[in-house]
Amino acid sequence: MSDSTSQTVSRDNLFGLAAEFKDTPGIYHAAEKTRKAGYRWFDCNVPFPVHGLDRVMGVKMTILPILVFFGGLTGLIAACILQIFTNSLEIDFWALVPVVGYQFDVSGKPLLGPAAFVPVAFEMTVLFSALTAVFGTFFLNKLPMFCHPVLKHPELSRATDDRFYLVIEAKDPKFSSDEVEAFLQTLEPESVIALEK
Amino acid sequence: MKVAEVKNDHIRLSGVAAKMGPILAIVGVAFLGLSAALGSGEGWTTFWKSYLVGWMVGLGLCLGALFFVLLQHLTRSGWSITVRRLAEGIAKNLTWMWMLFVPILILVLKGDGAVLYQWGDTNLMEHDHMLHAKAGYLSPTFWSIRAIFYLVVWATIGKLYFKWSTAQDQDGDVKWTHKMQKWAPICMILFALTQSYAAIDWMMTLQPKWFSTMFAVYFWASCMCGFFALMILLARFMQSTGHLQKSISVEHYHDLGKWLFGIGVVFWAYIAFSQYMLIWYANLPVETNWYMARQLGGWGAISLLLLFGHFVLPFVLLITRWTKRWRSPLPIISAWLLLMFCVDIYWLVMPVVPEEAIVNAGSYNELANNITASEIGYGFSVLNFTCLIGMVALVLGGTLLNLRKCNLVATADPRLDEALHFENA
Repeated sequence: MSDSTSQTVSRDNLFGLAAEFKDTPGIYHAAEKTRKAGYRWFDCNVPFPVHGLDRVMGVKMTILPILVFFGGLTGLIAACILQIFTNSLEIDFWALVPVVGYQFDVSGKPLLGPAAFVPVAFEMTVLFSALTAVFGTFFLNKLPMFCHPVLKHPELSRATDDRFYLVIEAKDPKFSSDEVEAFLQTLEPESVIALEK
Repeated sequence: MKVAEVKNDHIRLSGVAAKMGPILAIVGVAFLGLSAALGSGEGWTTFWKSYLVGWMVGLGLCLGALFFVLLQHLTRSGWSITVRRLAEGIAKNLTWMWMLFVPILILVLKGDGAVLYQWGDTNLMEHDHMLHAKAGYLSPTFWSIRAIFYLVVWATIGKLYFKWSTAQDQDGDVKWTHKMQKWAPICMILFALTQSYAAIDWMMTLQPKWFSTMFAVYFWASCMCGFFALMILLARFMQSTGHLQKSISVEHYHDLGKWLFGIGVVFWAYIAFSQYMLIWYANLPVETNWYMARQLGGWGAISLLLLFGHFVLPFVLLITRWTKRWRSPLPIISAWLLLMFCVDIYWLVMPVVPEEAIVNAGSYNELANNITASEIGYGFSVLNFTCLIGMVALVLGGTLLNLRKCNLVATADPRLDEALHFENA
């Protein structure tokens, strides 16, 4: 197969192979078959969200909610400790360092007034959850990444308009350019495009 | 599933579900009759307070449904079309529910309102300076005129939205959707005002000197909790009796579960705490005694039950995605929250503020140690249960009767396709 698409790019410089589809059923069934064929490092570039595509691609549920939950829990505990410590603490560290909190009497309220602690605890929970959500998203999506390798290719620019592309990346353990190309051809795409790194 | 296939998805009430409507209605009437018969033995104040608890619970469920229906049109929501008819069925109960308020209305207009509302005592209203200033607003006539206005507004909106929506089933004309959307904003404003003032007039004035600007929102959040819990249970009931097998999917339960979690649990707790904290912080006797009654004696345990049973436990249970999507946990949690909604209303209505006992006590501890259960209105009566069961049975029976002669899904709604295919990301 000397004239195959994959040969247009040298083996070391190959990012992956893209198959072009012109409608959603095309990309949907292609993604399903690609996963069933055992490929793991592949992605779909589509102009709008295609319902059910994540499922047939075998994309797992993100772990972000779990991170956010523990982020929020950290904020909650931190806020409680902070307030208890600063309001009413009175201890000696090894009988050497006396530590006393700001024991202010505010309109006769008890030093350990749980109702007064709730707003701060709530806000800290929200703050820590939000920060975990933002930075967790960055981390899980490998951001900041200024340009995904696929987007460098003008051939794939119609992924923002009216075409659907399935890209199998070269780092897939099953990747072999000839086999992948033959496989992509069985999906009946409009064309197969080799992508440089 | 395609829109054309919805017609074959058992969208007509049949079997057990069709038979249960009249049975529940008869059970409801019987229980209310039994309550009235027991009233003289248990004391009329207990009867009227229990009746008010039942009425507010039943009304709250229907008002929640009315809000939900209006909101779907206001936001042009597509996801909810397959469950909206069930909510319309609940909301349509408002066309006859006014009848259940007539006894309270007669009681107040007859001049015997003092049995239930302190402000019904004309002698007290004249001689207490603070109450005297409120006498205009709390006069039986003005109070009754307002009540009739709320009931008429709700009955009209509930009837019209059911009528328009079912009319669309017949002719499939999109003009009905436009009509419902056009009237949604004005109806929503009317709903917000009437629901708020009803909460103030019928529950907040039980303690006429007390006031809280949060109270109306609190009642709304409670209603939403009860309604979404009922909605999930009703959808499950419909599916387990063979209806709507494919029209209602796990995605709809997931969204209803999100509503239940967001408004019924988290927002409710947010509002409840906002009300509590400001009163705790300002520490004004006229405000704090409302909470004092709710932390003395047995009421303290009920307050903690609400904190943990209505917020902490459901919060932990509903926060994850899978409890909202799995078949069994969501209805179980919903049933629990429906119960908590009833406890919540009970907790709002029942406690009595022992003003004289508070004034006479030297310290809080002295008061807490010497107060008796009857002074703070604590103690369960069989009437608490018979009134509540009667009202809830009437609302459920009425809902099934409302849905008897129409499709269980708005089959001609232009957004039905969206509702059948949407997925939670």
